[in-house]
Amino acid sequence: MAQRARGEIRAFGRTFVRNRLAVGGGIVVAILVVLAVLAPLLAPWDPNKPDTRRILTPPSSSHPLGTDQIGRDVLSRVLYGARVSLAVGFVSVGIATIIGILLGAAAGYHGGLVDAVITRVVDLMLVFPRFFLLLAVLAFLKPSIWTIMVVIGLSGWMGVARLVRAEFLTLREREFVVWSESIGASAARVVFRHILPNAMAPVLVAMTLGIPAAILTESGLSFLGLGVQPPYATWGNILTDGKDALEIAWWMTLYPGLAILITVLSYNLLGEGIRDALDPRLRQARVGRILRVGR
Amino acid sequence: MGPFLVRRLLVVVPLLIGITFVSFIVISLAPGGPLDFLEGESPDLSPEVKKQLTELYGLDKPLVVQYWSWLTRLARLDFGRSFLPDGKPVLTKIGERLPVTLLLNIVEMLIILAVAVPIGVLSAVRQGSSFDKVTTMFVFIGFATPDFWLALLLMSFFGAQLGWLPISGLRSMNWEYLSFWGQQLDFISHLALPIVVATFGGLAGFSRYMRQSMLEVVRQDYVQTARAKGLSEQVVIGKHALRNALLPVVTILGLSLPGLIGGSVIIESIFAIPGMGQLMVQSIYARDYPVVMGNLVVVAVLTLFANLFADIAYGFVDPRIRLGGRRGRR
Repeated sequence: MAQRARGEIRAFGRTFVRNRLAVGGGIVVAILVVLAVLAPLLAPWDPNKPDTRRILTPPSSSHPLGTDQIGRDVLSRVLYGARVSLAVGFVSVGIATIIGILLGAAAGYHGGLVDAVITRVVDLMLVFPRFFLLLAVLAFLKPSIWTIMVVIGLSGWMGVARLVRAEFLTLREREFVVWSESIGASAARVVFRHILPNAMAPVLVAMTLGIPAAILTESGLSFLGLGVQPPYATWGNILTDGKDALEIAWWMTLYPGLAILITVLSYNLLGEGIRDALDPRLRQARVGRILRVGR
Repeated sequence: MGPFLVRRLLVVVPLLIGITFVSFIVISLAPGGPLDFLEGESPDLSPEVKKQLTELYGLDKPLVVQYWSWLTRLARLDFGRSFLPDGKPVLTKIGERLPVTLLLNIVEMLIILAVAVPIGVLSAVRQGSSFDKVTTMFVFIGFATPDFWLALLLMSFFGAQLGWLPISGLRSMNWEYLSFWGQQLDFISHLALPIVVATFGGLAGFSRYMRQSMLEVVRQDYVQTARAKGLSEQVVIGKHALRNALLPVVTILGLSLPGLIGGSVIIESIFAIPGMGQLMVQSIYARDYPVVMGNLVVVAVLTLFANLFADIAYGFVDPRIRLGGRRGRR
């Protein structure tokens, strides 16, 4: 078993490395994580410190991406914004994945009434346009980075649940599962030890593609002023400031947007690469659906 | 067709009730109830508003009673009144905003279909060609571009720098003095940028689906058969393959509606278009809870019916679906 697993990982590695776009995406993602973690060391200025002598200065050698309306350094703010975006992406997708796995596994393993109820709940959640639902929830809660992570996670688990349920439905009929059940393995052991590990491939892909969707959502919420609140810099709220100075300070709009674009693009390339390498049979349509629903 | 329609319609009832239930949970989320939260946000809350709120939602009663009374009022299409000084009924407010949002979304969908289908078919038929590669690149960039950023860039370029297109609202100041055709042109020019922005992301997604769907279909035996009996490639692709490849796209069109409607929140806010999305954001800023809740319910119900419509349309064009009982959801 261990040897087979190692062989599979090696086969995965070979296919993945051949996909140059995916490798590129992975490298950019890694660089972004490093930049976000090291932001306090790398940022040339304090991201929240106003400087009234340098209001809306165009990019220069001391402020490579210019300054904003109250003289804060845009580069430092974009770097700190990366921390928020990546943290929200990771945590909210983590929450969504855990909920999705639990509900999807319950539905797929038990079938019957449990499955019927969970499937209906998934259908119900998908009827709400995600952005409207998020806005309605945020109208009643004090926005903070934690609230944002939780609500994005709570509104984004349906895709994972559907994937896991579909995997469980096919896996639970397979010989190795039936055998271990017949020799008296507990349900928990069968689910977590035998079925789940074999169902993780599409979940991994869904997670990689869910992070950029969460990042886009967070930046949209912050742009509307309903996400992470100032003075904390996020890519979305730098763009809000940029909107007010659109005609005089293009640098405030161009750079944070590019940061979002590059981040989301890299994650998507990485995710698609992982999917293709994991299992060529995993269809575009399936994971593509999640991507779409995620937005 | 009959039993199929009945099955589809029966699903709607529990979903409608579910929509009201989820929306109600959202109201009850506020710590200490919406009243406490409102008071914390605006300490100068007048006792009248408080009394109105308490009555409206029966806040002094148990949750179950609250939900039931809300539900019975919804059943009579009574969504309450706005908290704003105009005090209009929520449904009237939404009714004023709905046509613009619907218009935007329908136009978007038509454009997306008209452009994405040929792109998807061409890149599937010429898989691996430079056309395919360029469109794939476009798809990835389209997915990754935040719509509000694209909106800002286009506003700054076409609106502010070139001055070609208006960047906010639906009418120019001098609208009333324009000729009939001038007014139409003015309206269209106001919609141009929002529609371009809204179509951009969707276009990427749909051409991808279309390509994928087409790739699956051209591998099928009946396509080989059509080729083998000597039909021209044009007929094989345009008639035999395309018709079947379009089927799943119909469903996805319905499923993607929540995404499009959700997108109108940001687009309407940026371009100051008086639609439901803008109403939602304004109501949240103003803490106008009845309108927020009404909006949420109405948007979900709209999406539900759009999905239902897509489902029925799918069953209509594909007998396998309506006869096969359950639709194989991939």
